[in-house]
Amino acid sequence: MSEDIKKFMYLNRRAPYGTIYAWESLEVVLIGAAFDQDVSLAFLDDGVYQLVKGQDTAGVDMKNFSPTYQALGDYDVTKLYVEKESLEERGLSLEDLMPLTYEDEDDDWAEKDSIRVVSRAEMADIMEDQDVMFSF
Amino acid sequence: MKFAIQVNEGPYQHQATDSAYQFTKAALEAGHEIMRVFFYHDGVNNGTNLTTPPQDDRNIVKRWSELGKQHDLDLVVCVAAAQRRGIVDEGEMQRNGKDAQNIAEGFRISGLGQLVEAGIQSDRLVVFGD
Repeated sequence: MSEDIKKFMYLNRRAPYGTIYAWESLEVVLIGAAFDQDVSLAFLDDGVYQLVKGQDTAGVDMKNFSPTYQALGDYDVTKLYVEKESLEERGLSLEDLMPLTYEDEDDDWAEKDSIRVVSRAEMADIMEDQDVMFSF
Repeated sequence: MKFAIQVNEGPYQHQATDSAYQFTKAALEAGHEIMRVFFYHDGVNNGTNLTTPPQDDRNIVKRWSELGKQHDLDLVVCVAAAQRRGIVDEGEMQRNGKDAQNIAEGFRISGLGQLVEAGIQSDRLVVFGD
């Protein structure tokens, strides 16, 4: 890997519509994808709600930006780490999240899952391994 | 060391902006380089020249402008966040058909790429917010 490439992690800790952090974080991810860094996203605490499937914002008259997560695979953003304990504390499981996939160019474009559920301890190790953390 | 600073909160509402300023000032005094200060989310409100805080309180916007001038700082306000919140410079005024501008002295409006670039080029990106 080139020395110019850093490990970038975008840390998402907030629910999607109560504040604008989640949406504006996603905007950075999409712009940042053009910089060819080694990007991953982390979802913990209320941030796990960002990936819940079937979001309907009609009642709050806000833009439902959750379909944008489906595009991340096309931007080569393929590592979405979701903390297991954060899901469990909110009565959620992997089945409650949007199925997000990418096509692996190193494996004959096989379709693979982007979401990886990891334990709190594993998340800590993954964070430790990063060069740059963007916290939202 | 080469630092980049990200400010995610607005002035007065949240201490993050004070902490970012104090950190930036201390780092410069200690001989470090601040390659960019990037204002995002409500942090863009650090860059409006329309604030008029009470005279017995700190003037957060003016303080950034002065520190910027003193150290030739690159104070960058995110354009997407600025458009949502009404922070406008000459170019934005013309592009979006507005009749006023309010960008404070020493600040400039630019894209999110400036934030990502700051993460790449700096030794440490320090984020101030919740």
